[in-house]
Amino acid sequence: MYRRREEYSDVVVPYQGEGSTIKPQELAGMSGNEAVAYATKQAKVDVVAAYPITPQTIMVERFSEYVANGEVDAEFVCVESEHSAMSACVGASLAGARVATSTASQGLALMHEVLYLASGLRCPIVMMVANRALSPPINIHGDHSDMMGSRDSGWIQIYVENPQEAYDWTLMAFKIAEDLEVQLPVTVNLDGFTVSHAMEDLNVLSDDQVSDFLPPRKPVYKVEPEKPLTVGAMAMPDYYYEVKRQQEEAMRNAPRVLRKVTREYESTSHRKYGAVETFQMDDAETAILCLGSTAGTVRSVVRQLREDGRRVGVIKPWLYRPFPSEEIGSLLGDLRVLAVLDRAISFGAVFSPVCSDVASTLQDLEKRPKIFNVVCGLGGRDISPKDVRLIFEEADQIARTGIVRDRLKFVGVRE
Amino acid sequence: MKLAWREAPVAGLILEPGSTVEYKTGDWRVGKKPVIDQKKCIKCLICWIVCPDVAIIRTEKGVSEDYYHCKGCAICAEECPVDAITMVSE
Repeated sequence: MYRRREEYSDVVVPYQGEGSTIKPQELAGMSGNEAVAYATKQAKVDVVAAYPITPQTIMVERFSEYVANGEVDAEFVCVESEHSAMSACVGASLAGARVATSTASQGLALMHEVLYLASGLRCPIVMMVANRALSPPINIHGDHSDMMGSRDSGWIQIYVENPQEAYDWTLMAFKIAEDLEVQLPVTVNLDGFTVSHAMEDLNVLSDDQVSDFLPPRKPVYKVEPEKPLTVGAMAMPDYYYEVKRQQEEAMRNAPRVLRKVTREYESTSHRKYGAVETFQMDDAETAILCLGSTAGTVRSVVRQLREDGRRVGVIKPWLYRPFPSEEIGSLLGDLRVLAVLDRAISFGAVFSPVCSDVASTLQDLEKRPKIFNVVCGLGGRDISPKDVRLIFEEADQIARTGIVRDRLKFVGVRE
Repeated sequence: MKLAWREAPVAGLILEPGSTVEYKTGDWRVGKKPVIDQKKCIKCLICWIVCPDVAIIRTEKGVSEDYYHCKGCAICAEECPVDAITMVSE
């Protein structure tokens, strides 16, 4: 029942040896969507308001089944659009409820306006985003254009690699979001289809373990008839800035709270998380930094290259907002070349989103690696081991010559 | 006294109801303020009714101006049937 999942992740599922004190964990087979729905049920949410959209639909279907079957005491609100979904979530959250939702692509784009209300009104909503390309051309497959388009909306953003991480981070997301030092909404991002639909085995906690880890939400203020309160009032130039400064402070508190929550989760689940996951970075000369499921492919290539004696590594930020600049900066000092992979284009920008943040991180470093940005995997285009080898070859070339030929490379596109 | 960001209520919430009066919108007024000529005033209360900012106050004698909340829109001066209200430069 227990084994190490080293083949594709450094997250260790505990091995239950002779006389182990580790409680047995149920082994389940779930897609990313189902894992999030299951975690949402175990989190005992009060309200889910969601509108189905590929590739997020299964999460909504499973959760509404849980409600219909009486497996969870929650209100499932069928709404007519994602704009309404997020609006209903904001209202429920302000009333003190634990709230979750999910969306993707155009749905997230339609929510965009209300995303700022959720973060600005400090609603600790947890939202799964099954990342999907934006139209046109219409495309239902995975890339990060949707979330990157809303990256400044004030939501904490987590990117996961597989259903196990999707399950674990969903549970942790509630605890981070609801911490009184944070009180911000969190998105848990799953690569469309690659994570949202691919079924994998994962270990799940018992309902009791989840209840111990995640007690009911305790809001400081809530909208209630007995104690009137004005929410969303106008703030003129004399107060708006103060409110936004508070919001930024909450973001700055998030990494500290995340460390606390991941430690606490580790003591229950025996799975270790943090802001950033690394693989073979101790003596790496060249490395790839990427989000989400791509890290699995890169890790597998790194293993092969290591067998040939190449000093290569992987950096996978779980946390994208707030950007874990310190952690990532501390990994870059001894690197010679870093390739940063983006599954989105920031049209006309110097770098695409993730690489922009990495480039900003380099600003403070005395010893800096050469970096280059790779745009890949748009609209579900496969990022193959061959592509990853090509990227490492480019990195080697830069390490040898010291010259970055293309600051922004497009890998996987037909030339 | 405006609060610093650490002291201001979270998310711009207003915790006490009925607090709008504490927000002195009079400093939005630019240019001219209404001045009531009490000798001309016939106490018809039309200005009191039409003022959109509740900045005409009823007094024992009749009406007076609330410059802490008057935004200077001049509706009172326009509507006064006896021209008792004139807009005067600040």
